[in-house]
Formats: sequence, C-alpha cells, structure tokens
Amino acid sequence: MTATAVRGIGMPVKRKEDPRFIRGKGTYVDDIKLPGMLFMDIVRSPHAHARIKRIDVSKALAMPGVIDVITGEELAKANLAWMPTLMGDRQMVLPTDRVVYYAQEVAAVIATDRYTAADAVLAVEVEYEPLPPVLNPFEALKPDAPLVRPDREQKSNHIWHWEAGDKEKTDRAFQEAEVVVAQDLYIPRIHVASIETCGCVANYDPATDKLTIWMTSQAPHAHRTVFSLVTGIPEHKIRIISPDIGGGFGGKVPVYPGYVIATYATLKHKKPIKWIEDRSENLQADSFARDYHIHAELAATRDGKIRGLRVHVVADHGAFDAAANPSRFPAGLFSVCTGSYDMEAAHIQVDGVYTTKPPGGVAYRCSFRVTEAVHTIERMVDLLAHELGMDPAEIRFKNFIQPHQFPYKSPTGWEYDSGNYPAALQKALDMIGYQELRREQAERRARGELMGIGISTFTEIVGAGPSHTFDILGIKMFDSAEIRVHPTGAVIVRIGVQTQGQGHETTFAQIVAEELGIPVEYITVEHGDTDTAPYGLGTYASRSTPTAGAATAVAARKIREKARLIAAHLLEVSPDDLEWKDYAFRVKGAPDRYKTMQEIAFAAYTNFPFGLEPGLEAECYYDPPNLTFPFGAYVCVVDIDRGTGQVKIREFLAVDDCGTIINPMIVEGQIHGGLTMGMAPALFEEIVYDENGTMLTGTFMDYLLPTAVETPHWKTAKTVTPSPHHPLGAKGVGESPTIGAPPAIVNAVVDALSHLGVRHIDIPITPAKVYRILQEKGVAE
Amino acid sequence: MIPGPFRYRRVRSVDEAVALLSQLGTDAKILSGGQSLIPMMKFRLAEPTYLLDINAIPGLDFIEERDGMLHLGALVRESTLERSSLVRQRYPILHDTAEVIADPLVRNLATVGGNLAHGDPANDHPATMLALRAQVVARGPNGERIIPIDDFFVDTFVTALQPDELLTEIRIPAPPPRSGGAYLKFERKVGDYAIAAAAVFLALDEAGRITQAGIGLTNLAYKPLRALDAERALLGQQPSEELFRHAAELAAQATDPVSDLRGPADYKRAVARTMTLRALRRALERAQANA
Amino acid sequence: METLPIQVTVNGRTYTAEVEPRLLLVHFLRDVLNLTGTHIGCDTTSCGACTVLWNGRPVKSCTVFAVQVDGGEILTVEGLERDGQLHPVQEGFWEEHGLQCGFCTPGMMMTAVALLNENPDPTEEEIRKAISGNLCRCTGYVNIVKAIQYAARKMREGATVHVGGA
Repeated sequence: MTATAVRGIGMPVKRKEDPRFIRGKGTYVDDIKLPGMLFMDIVRSPHAHARIKRIDVSKALAMPGVIDVITGEELAKANLAWMPTLMGDRQMVLPTDRVVYYAQEVAAVIATDRYTAADAVLAVEVEYEPLPPVLNPFEALKPDAPLVRPDREQKSNHIWHWEAGDKEKTDRAFQEAEVVVAQDLYIPRIHVASIETCGCVANYDPATDKLTIWMTSQAPHAHRTVFSLVTGIPEHKIRIISPDIGGGFGGKVPVYPGYVIATYATLKHKKPIKWIEDRSENLQADSFARDYHIHAELAATRDGKIRGLRVHVVADHGAFDAAANPSRFPAGLFSVCTGSYDMEAAHIQVDGVYTTKPPGGVAYRCSFRVTEAVHTIERMVDLLAHELGMDPAEIRFKNFIQPHQFPYKSPTGWEYDSGNYPAALQKALDMIGYQELRREQAERRARGELMGIGISTFTEIVGAGPSHTFDILGIKMFDSAEIRVHPTGAVIVRIGVQTQGQGHETTFAQIVAEELGIPVEYITVEHGDTDTAPYGLGTYASRSTPTAGAATAVAARKIREKARLIAAHLLEVSPDDLEWKDYAFRVKGAPDRYKTMQEIAFAAYTNFPFGLEPGLEAECYYDPPNLTFPFGAYVCVVDIDRGTGQVKIREFLAVDDCGTIINPMIVEGQIHGGLTMGMAPALFEEIVYDENGTMLTGTFMDYLLPTAVETPHWKTAKTVTPSPHHPLGAKGVGESPTIGAPPAIVNAVVDALSHLGVRHIDIPITPAKVYRILQEKGVAE
Repeated sequence: MIPGPFRYRRVRSVDEAVALLSQLGTDAKILSGGQSLIPMMKFRLAEPTYLLDINAIPGLDFIEERDGMLHLGALVRESTLERSSLVRQRYPILHDTAEVIADPLVRNLATVGGNLAHGDPANDHPATMLALRAQVVARGPNGERIIPIDDFFVDTFVTALQPDELLTEIRIPAPPPRSGGAYLKFERKVGDYAIAAAAVFLALDEAGRITQAGIGLTNLAYKPLRALDAERALLGQQPSEELFRHAAELAAQATDPVSDLRGPADYKRAVARTMTLRALRRALERAQANA
Repeated sequence: METLPIQVTVNGRTYTAEVEPRLLLVHFLRDVLNLTGTHIGCDTTSCGACTVLWNGRPVKSCTVFAVQVDGGEILTVEGLERDGQLHPVQEGFWEEHGLQCGFCTPGMMMTAVALLNENPDPTEEEIRKAISGNLCRCTGYVNIVKAIQYAARKMREGATVHVGGA
C-alpha cells in the first residue's frame, strides 16, 4: 500500500462531507420534519430591565392553531424556571417576575405552524414596570448600582475575582523597570453570527419513554448530561443528535432557554416541537463574546527587554455567568497573555461583573479568552516599541522565547510545549518584503499618504484537558474515539467531538488511514449522536485534533497491536519478528512477506489465533498530558483614506505553525476563515446598546459581517514544529487566525498614524473613528 | 420572521392598478421589487391589507432615449440598468448608482421606480435623479401627471404620489455635449446604506465654463437633498480644484444628518464633502471626455 | 384566510399548490416541496443563504412571496446535478474546498451559476462583486473564488452543461 493510495496524514484529501452539501442534501436542524410536529416561537422582552406585572395569554390562546403558551410561572411548578449554567451560575429559562436583558425570553407559544406561532407571539400581552438598566460594568460595581441579580445571596453585581501569576515578583519588576508603558484597551462585545441560527426539534416518544433532541450543539454529550440533571430524566432515556451544523464558532456551546422550553413542551404535549431562532433573536439574545475592559502595563529595560506584565480586567458577563470556560477558569485561559515573550514576571487580575445584557462570555472562534490575551500583549509590545523608537519586528526578536527554551514555563504557570517563534517571524518578513515595505512607507509619508505595517506574533493555547486542571461542570475535559474494523477492512470511526464545518469526517478518517494503512475511502467517521458516539466534551477552543485526534490515533494503534498478533498467526512467525512498515506488517528481513490490514481484518473474524478475542476494534478516552501551543507570525499592510477614514487591507500574510498537518487543504481553509473572523471585529463588528439597554445591532443590516468585497485575498504560509506530547505531533488551528489577526490589523493602522503621535485605537476601527483622529491630527482631507 | 397576513392581487395593467388603488386607498401597497417592502413586512413595520403586485404589467420596463429624454419604466430592475449599454455610455451616473445599490441579488428584483417611490432618504436613486433634474410620471384616476423631481420628495418615506397614484415612468433630460455625471457612495460594507453619497452632474460650455450643475446627496437629511448653494457656486465658473472644494464645502453645509451607527453627524458631513468633491472631479473628467 | 392557487416549475418539475399570499418562497420550497437545500440565514435580505434562480436570475427567496412566482421557473441547488453529473460549480466547490459548514453553499453556488451563465470568464474582482450578496462565515471567500474560477475553466473547456432556468 502506498501513501497515495492510503491518503493519510499530510494529504489534501477532498472532503468526504461535501457530496451531500453541494447537492443541498445536508441535514440541518430546520430540515428535520416529524409527523405531528408543532412549532414554538418566543415572546421577548422589549426592556433591558423590568418587573413583569402581568402576562395575559388569553388572546393568543384563542387564536386558531395555537396549542399552548408557556410562561415562567408554569415552568416554576416543574422546577424548570431556572437552569444551571456551565459556569456554576444559574440562568432563567423563563422569568417569573423580572427580565434582566433586552430580548430575554418571556413566554413561549406553541402552534401548529411557524406562521401561526409568529402571529400568536404578537398577541401575548405583557405588562412591564421598567427598572433602571445597568449597562456599564464600572457603574455596576458602584455601591448604589441597581442589583442585576437579587436572587443571589451576595448583594452586589460583582461575580468573582480571579488572579494568576506572581504579584510580588511583578511589582518588583515594575519598580526596577527603566520603562513602563500603560494602556486601556476595550475589546467590545461581539457575536459569532454563524449563518445558521440556533434551534432544536425536541421529541418525547411515550411509547419508548425516550426523549430525542436534534439540536445545534457543539457538545452533544455534555448537553445530554445537563439535560438529564435539569429534567431528572435518566441519561439513557435522552438522545441528543447534533445534525449538520451551519457554523458554530462557540455560539452553539451554551444551553439556551429555547432548547429547555421546547423540551418541556414535548414532554407536556407528547408531540415533536420545533424551535428555530430568527436572526434577530440570535444576535440579540444568544451568548456573546469578549466585552473585556483591560488595563495593561508592560515593564522593560531601556534597550527593549521586557521584564513584567501587569493586567487588570473588568469583564462584563451580562446578567448570568453563562460563559463556556473550564470550571476553574472563570476568565478562561486569559493568563496566557504573556504571549510569545520571555519575561520574569506577570500578574493578572480579572473581575467578573453582572450587567443587564445577555449572558455569556462564550467564544467567538477563540479558545477561552485567548483573543483578549493576545490582543493585550501584541498591542503592548507595539506600544513599547513606539516608546523606545524600536522597530516592532526588532523588539519581538529581542523578546521571543527561544527555541531551546521549550518546554517553556510561563510566568503565569503554563508549560508551552514547542515553538520556533523567530523562524516564523523571519519567514513572514522575508515573504512579504518587510524592508521594502518600510521604504515604501517612508516615501508615502513624505507625500502625505497614510500606509501602515502591522505585526502580530501570537501564541495560542488549545486542546483542553488535561483532566487534572480542566473540567466543565465536573466533567473532565478528555475526549474519545472508537474504531471498528469490519471483516472486509472497511472502518467506522466514532468520535466524541462534533464538526461544524471543520471537516472531521475527512481528517479523522485520514488519521485512521495513516495508522492502519486502510485507504481513506473505506473509512466512515460518525459523530454527534449520543446514542452511538463515545462520550466526549465536544468541539470548541480548537480542541478536536489535540484531544479526539489523539484519541483516534491511540485507538488505531491499539488495533494495530492486536493486528500484529493476527498477522503473526497468519505468517506463522512470532509477533516480535514483525514490523509495521509501508502500511503493512512485514517479517523483519523479509519485507515481501507481509499482511495488510485488510487481510488481517478478515482473519480477525475468520481465522484468529486461539485464545485471542475475535473482532478488530478499539476505543480510547484520551486525557492529554498538556495543552498544545500553536503560534504564528502575521503581517498586515493597510492604506488609510484621508477623505473618509477608511482602512483598506492591501495585503495580509499569515504564517501559521500548528505542528503536524493532517490535511493541508483543510488547514488552509481554516486559516482563511479564521482570518476573516479576525478582521471582522477589528474593522466591522460590534454589538451596541443604547442608553436604555436596547440592542441596536440586531440584524445583519447593522451587525456587519464582511462580504467577499471587504475581505482581502489572504496569503498563507507555514512552519511545522510538532507538539512533542501529541501522538501525531498535531496542534489545533481553527482559532489561531482569529486571535492573531486583530492585533496585526490594529498595529498596522496605528503604525500608519504613529508619526502623528497615535499610540492606540480600540476595535472596531471604524472609518468614523479613524476620521476623527485624522481631524484631531490635522491631516483629514 | 414572518410577515402579517394580507390579500394579494396581481394586476395586469396600469389602469387596473389605479382603479384598485382608488378603491382601496391606504390599505393597499404596491409590490414592485419588494426588496424594501417585504423585509419591513417581516418585521411588521408594514402591514398592508392588500398587496398589488405590478410586476406582471407589460411594457413598464423600458429603457429608451427619445425626444431628448431618457425614459425609464417604473419596473426597470436595478440589475438591468446596471447592464444597459445605453445607460453605461450615455448616463454613467445612473450606472454608478445602480451598481452600488444594496447587493447584486437584491438588484435583480429591486426597481428604479420602487427606489424612488419608497421615499427613503437612504436610497441611492433619489440623489441621482435630483442631480439630473428628472421628472416622475404618475398615473391616477384623472390621468397622468408629471412631477418635477424637486417636488417629489416630501418627507421621510413620503412622496408627492397620492394614495391612488402609480409611479409609471422616470424621465431624464438627455445629456448635452460636454456633460458628465458621477455618483459616489461611501458605505460600511456592501449591502449597507450610504454613510454619505453624492451625485453630481455637470455640463460645460465650449469655453469650459460650467453651464449646468446638479448635486444630490444621499442619507444626509430627513429627505433626499439637493445642494442648491453648491450648484449656484459652480454655475458660470471655470472648473478648478479650489472651486470644487468650495462647492463640496457648501454641499456639506447643506446637510443635516443624524448621528447613528454609521457615525456622528459631523463625520457624515465630512464624508459628504469628500464624496461631493470626488464626484465633482469624476463628473468633470467625464464631461471633458464627452466634448 | 385567503389562499391562492399557484403553479410553479421547480427544477424542471411543475407543482400546483394553494398557498397563503404571505407564504415566503423559501418556506414554500422548504416546507411545502421539502426542498430543504435552500437555507435561511437572516430576515433582512442580507445573507443570501436562500438564493435560488427565478427565471434564470438569482434572487433571495426569503424576500419573494410564493404567489409572485406563479407561472415561473425556479432552480434550486437540488436541480443543479443532471443525470448523475455534478454541475461544474458543484464540482469546483468540492475540488477547491469552497465550503466548510455547507450552510451558505447552496445559495453561493446558485449565485455562481448565474454569474457564469452571464460571464464565462470573470476576474477575481468580478467574482467577489457577484457574490457580495452572499455571506459566508467559514471560508474567508478565497476558496469560493477559486471554486468559481475552477467551474469557469471547466465550462469554457466545453463540458456539456445546462445553464440556469430549468
């Protein structure tokens, strides 16, 4: 068997999932239709903060086709008005007395079709007594601020305080520092806005006493456990099926009230219930990302050696702490904010705060607050470079963790597995022609034109577990794979993670193909059905390859070890006389005597050695020994229009290193998409509220997803530094570009304006924001 | 999002449409391209009792130049206008406008007539039509009347059309020699309404002096705006960068934008100035090339 | 409640139905005809996930009432493949990794089909403009552009393909 026949690791295998998608034959949740299915639609609050005085459902109930209207009062009787969040807080499913954010769920209408349900929503009468909204987390922390969560024992809007690093050591580094730069950065609230919104079809079948929920879930097993805990239904009587998912990016990790209400409704009515959000509901009420108010300080020597980093964050978590971070990490992995730079000390503090906004702090294609961390350090390093009059590339080379320092223990306690930062940056600078660009910039500046070059050299942190540190609601963050080799050598692989477009059906097949020497076309990968897939924690935070990818490789190797025994039996040699080479077990010294996995598989069911269990299958629950640390070096070139303030990305080069690459075509696609989702919040997207807490960006007319016209033609390149602890040497990649791109863009814009004294601009860098700066600096056209 | 219920009539002639409008009054709404109306209905911001679909009326999609005028049928799709070689060659300002309206798919249905009749100051054609001194032809129970474009836009979403009138045609004076126009729009992204946009039409005499000047502005006031002071400042003058800057400044001063997510009012005014200046330059280039 | 009879040819097959006037074309296709390849991604005619060809022109089927297309021809993603032969645009999206989650893909492909029917050799800029009414959140568009270029090449090389309509 040759590598070209196997199409294993490193091959640009065309995706196995595509034939159904390009024919319009994918099955997304809204495509599911069951006999007798009813539709649910949700009444939502027009206020950010209000007491509910009265809900009158009579007019709605009187409408033909309306089956039921469910309120919080009814759910309370079933003990379902509240549900636990993944962060150990609790969240209203439907309110009994008050609403705490705009567009919060207030009641649910069940009707025979979606048109009737939509009409009935308008017929539900709710009387509110508005309360003062709490929109700014700094205001929320004041003693006289209105209380967002009077249901809690603690009578303040402060949720938690969290620290990492060494305060004393950091203070010392700052006292001794020759130079200190400080900056406030705000990373605004944004929304993943996958093109498919969220929804579910919940179906309780009284005949089998089984609850099946098709839902837009990035973590079906974890959701099954949550549903079991919330409803009291035994877990084996719940089946969650995550069908084809139209983009997730973190927005499909939380459990939303709609899922729970639909489940309650199917249990009550014993009919399938479909609930599909519209776009406004999705943007207004689903969990958001970011909303970090950061104060950062960087201490250094006069010649540009970084000594310490001090950061304090006020984190706006909205009305419920429903973030999707590992339990012990309320601020996610933000403490990786020392980045790619070797320094003595760092001290990080984060305070979580309640406001009357939708809950969350979920990802936006980002591994647990790493975007915020990278934005902080990559901006601070540029600020230091400006302060010292150094080139931003030079200051990075001077402070990089060097290749020989790996594994590297960071000042906040992370152990970076592998990296070669100077090589990646050098490659990026050479490819883009950095020196030539600097010359061009000088010429343009002399002509009054504004051109900037921005660099970002980030370190990612992905692949949670390990289990001793990471859990969600107590469930350890391992992941799993199960492989069955059928007698003819065809394979089914089931994994505990869940694709939302990443191409798992292809890449996981390639891992098995490589490990077992079975051509990729004979391998089927399944996931997303909790009745068949092994337990896993799901796909987010770029964890699929580091965790389930490793599990798949390990399970395949278990199969190979059993296959060795069968091959030895067939070849009538001792197992020790065999070696796995060129995708077959070969007799050492006589490589022409061999057995392929297909032959071995057949024997596993027809002619296995005495005493050996028949069959050929294995599973693995993989608990990673450490996280993996992908990295990259990005260079962005921008031009600014002095007449409008518009920033145009002329060129963007991303050099990424995600260790061993399983499918280069898919990795490149992930990078293109991640860069676009990095550019979007840097230049376009922001969730905005007015002074009443009403969201102003609740449609795609105002929440601005970039089109092909605004998106540049991304250029990509790679270096490969394998992870020493991952069985394949692979790291994650899906989110690297989303975290690496924003600071590269901001650094480029600031660079274009640096000669005018500009040091920082908060994202999104809108034309209006830039134009104001141009006016202030007297260079507006 | 689901529109509220309504009754639907597909009308086959202008007369039938006018008769139904007379009978139904404000309960009825004309469905042309529907690309603004249907989203408004989904959000229940518009809840007409009747929709009168005029798309099947034959002969309302003409683009023809005769009697010194360009005649555009109310049902001309933006995408048709965008692709018309007559428009591209003789009325590039209209081509400029059509190709920046919403997005290419929307333009396949959206109509020129609808773009005007909607009375939305954020729409793009009003500014162009103001700059070009267009006329709107309306048919009502008492026959046809011609509304000069300056009288057409009354208020936000309000035009001079009566509830029983149907917009049937737009007429634009054919361009004299040495004339040219341009429409420049600055938007946050494709599909957005303008932060500011400017339509400029210039005609020159043989000596190169400006004999005609039209400037229309998009999304910069409660209704589509004509920059009269700026036009006056240009008339009779030799074009120059200084003159254009002065005119652009006057145009910006004429605006009264509101602060919103597209930016604060003073920013929009500044972009109005930039767009006017750049449109003036491009219009002049085209006028000079047209000599 | 008023209902009206309509007759529509979808992917070459003629259907008759009684529909409420407010029924959106996209719901007619998805819920009445069970052609669920056409998706819904927004309410504001922004995302283009619902793009179909109506008499050969790409339109957003969430912003058209089913009654409007009475007597017309609709082509959806399900109608692209003919006699077991993928349309070059479908092939291009597969070959060039022009899709990830697949949700915007049908709409994106319908726009591409219409573009190539009109312009067999579009530049990258022309492609980007043509698809600017279709949002993709996964791919960053680079490979979608390549996919359409692939299809353009294939179609120019004379592969027998049906074009638009039904």
